[in-house]
Amino acid sequence: MPLLEVSNMSHNFGGLRAVNEYNLAIEPGQIVGLIGPNGAGKTTVFNLITGIYRPTEGRIVFNGQDVTGHAPNRIASLGLARTFQEMRLWRHMTVLEHVKMACYSKFTYGLAGAFLQTPKRIREEAEVEELAFASLKMFGVEQFASHWPTDLPYGAARRVEMARAAVTKPKLLFLDEPTVGMTPEEMLAMIEVVRKMHETLKPAVFLIEHRLKVVSELCHRVQTLVFGQVIAEGTPEEIQNNPKVIEAYLGEEKVVA
Amino acid sequence: MHQTTSTASHPRGSLELVRRFFANVPLLAWFCGALVAVILERAVGLSMAQSLGMPRIPVLFGFLVFLKQPALIPGALGYVLLMNILPICITAKIGAPVFNLVSRILYKMPLVVTALVHLAVLYAVFHFWADVNAYRMIMLKMMLISILLTLSLNVINGYMGEFSCSHPGFMALGAYAASLFTVGLFVNDQLFGPAMMTSDYAVVFFPLGLFFTGLVSALGALVIAIPSFKTRGDYLAIISLAFTFIIKSVLENLEFLGGPRGLSGQPDWSSLPMVFIIVVFGVWVINNFVTSTMGKALNAVRDDEIAAEAMTVDTRKTKIIAFMFAAFWAGVAGGLFAHVLRFVNPSTFGIQKLAEVLAMVYFGGLNSVYGSIVGAVSISLLGEALRPLEILKWIIIPLLLILVMIFRPRGLISFKEFNIHNLLKPRG
Ligand SMILES: Nc1ncnc2c1ncn2[C@@H]1O[C@H](COP(=O)(O)OP(=O)(O)OP(=O)(O)O)[C@@H](O)[C@H]1O
Ligand SMILES: [Mg+2]
Repeated sequence: MPLLEVSNMSHNFGGLRAVNEYNLAIEPGQIVGLIGPNGAGKTTVFNLITGIYRPTEGRIVFNGQDVTGHAPNRIASLGLARTFQEMRLWRHMTVLEHVKMACYSKFTYGLAGAFLQTPKRIREEAEVEELAFASLKMFGVEQFASHWPTDLPYGAARRVEMARAAVTKPKLLFLDEPTVGMTPEEMLAMIEVVRKMHETLKPAVFLIEHRLKVVSELCHRVQTLVFGQVIAEGTPEEIQNNPKVIEAYLGEEKVVA
Repeated sequence: MHQTTSTASHPRGSLELVRRFFANVPLLAWFCGALVAVILERAVGLSMAQSLGMPRIPVLFGFLVFLKQPALIPGALGYVLLMNILPICITAKIGAPVFNLVSRILYKMPLVVTALVHLAVLYAVFHFWADVNAYRMIMLKMMLISILLTLSLNVINGYMGEFSCSHPGFMALGAYAASLFTVGLFVNDQLFGPAMMTSDYAVVFFPLGLFFTGLVSALGALVIAIPSFKTRGDYLAIISLAFTFIIKSVLENLEFLGGPRGLSGQPDWSSLPMVFIIVVFGVWVINNFVTSTMGKALNAVRDDEIAAEAMTVDTRKTKIIAFMFAAFWAGVAGGLFAHVLRFVNPSTFGIQKLAEVLAMVYFGGLNSVYGSIVGAVSISLLGEALRPLEILKWIIIPLLLILVMIFRPRGLISFKEFNIHNLLKPRG
């Protein structure tokens, strides 16, 4: 049984059909890519599955459970973590606090622990801090632990976002354009980081990318989305040689890099 | 963080020189210096005041004579210098090596012990200072209570980043609930009949009563929280403002609570130690909350709600809990307040109270325990100093607030975490 199964999902923004009859199945541990030109609806697919938008039609089953229309925090607690294309870090929290925050639903100390320094609170906060450091280390940004997000170099900020998403060892990790705006060297380093993370935590990964290099290095399977519609699906090689994909990308330079 | 390092290598004027001069003075030395000063004042304060041409000891560091009796200003300034500033600074600086030694020993002990020793000295300072006359005593209690009030409002308006106007309402709920509890049970009163219990155990019953008082306010908060946090958007400001007005007019119309005349005859249970202990405890609990990951969720929700939800934060639950928590402490503050004045009436809890507590929060600084303390203390002192101006006071304080907002939009000391270790550590 797939870890994530989306069937016949559609979504309208007013009169715009942003996603149309979308289907997806991801097996545990698999890395699936989602490519497509700007405005194709890729981010919308992420937002629909993670519960930010409720799909107009369709069904989403995650880990055997129907999560269609559930609140984002509930879906996330089931083991689906994500990053954001536009990077959503919290302005007034340190990097370490960011990563600890992602463990919110793991804390069991309750109100007593929140209001008083109970031994349970002290222990759990310390344990989570250790987890958070380990996650920062995995993405090579532990030296920024006490920094504010505004003080981070761009690439480090992207990694912090990933460390925050990965700290809970999610079953499924959504990455929205992890290499956008990076130099080719930074991109290669990012590929290595994601690969290492996948080897250690073995999550399933669903990855939006514009650069075919990233997709072909990392993904087992790739979907191509155009105008909210999947026009092709297959291995990276199959997709690269698919005439429909080439046509959709005609004139787009990003795909070459 | 980097600010301290850059200022240390770049002396900025005389203020920086002063800071350096006192860099080796630990907090304990400041507290003990203040203790020396207040004891000295008790011993020779009156004769010193008289020799400087004043009839009695200036009650509030000379703040009160500024507008009332300008002729006494030089005398008051001299008094403050000789009786307050010099004794504190000299004791702190000369005693620094000894106090550092004591601080080092204390610092090795569990943090609770260190903190309690500091608080005990601080309490002694308050005690000797306020003992001089009744005005100081009331002023000090009100100031301590306003710290609790300000910090609890900061949880909503600062840490959570919403805008709530319901604090006077919560305070009123607390003031009346606590008064009902004490006047109804422990006092012979024409409204509620004879006392049902003796007041021998006030030290136990009063905190217990305040706890239930806080719960009453928290329940009131639930009434606001449920509709306000249902959807994203700024409904809270308007709903909470309505709440404050509704509570006030309901109280005005409830005859069994004294109607517009209010309730009086509260027992004298808000003693200085009681107020001090409850305020310190409240500040400790609120600080615990805002530094826990549960409490930090408020910051996450404020800074980016979508990201918070994606990281498993239950934003609605977080907001409701924080809102009720803040209301709880506002209610406790209201209960203490009623027993300092030993009289409450509905008109105390109107728009003026709201302006006052908002001024304290925004002046002191959002998202900061230090800020709330600074804001509550400075607006309290300023309010007393400007009291002779009567209604003009409510023009000057907002103007001042506007100035602060222009130069420091988030208040004097905003977004600074309360660091107890740093505060109590030895400095040499
Ligand atoms: N909240 C919204 N309201 C209305 N329209 C939206 C909303 N979000 C996205 N859209 C529209 O839906 C379409 C798909 O947008 P989406 O962000 O999913 O594209 P994308 O494939 O992620 O593009 P990019 O590569 O630029 O990130 C676009 O036409 C966009 O303008
Ligand atoms: Mg996108």
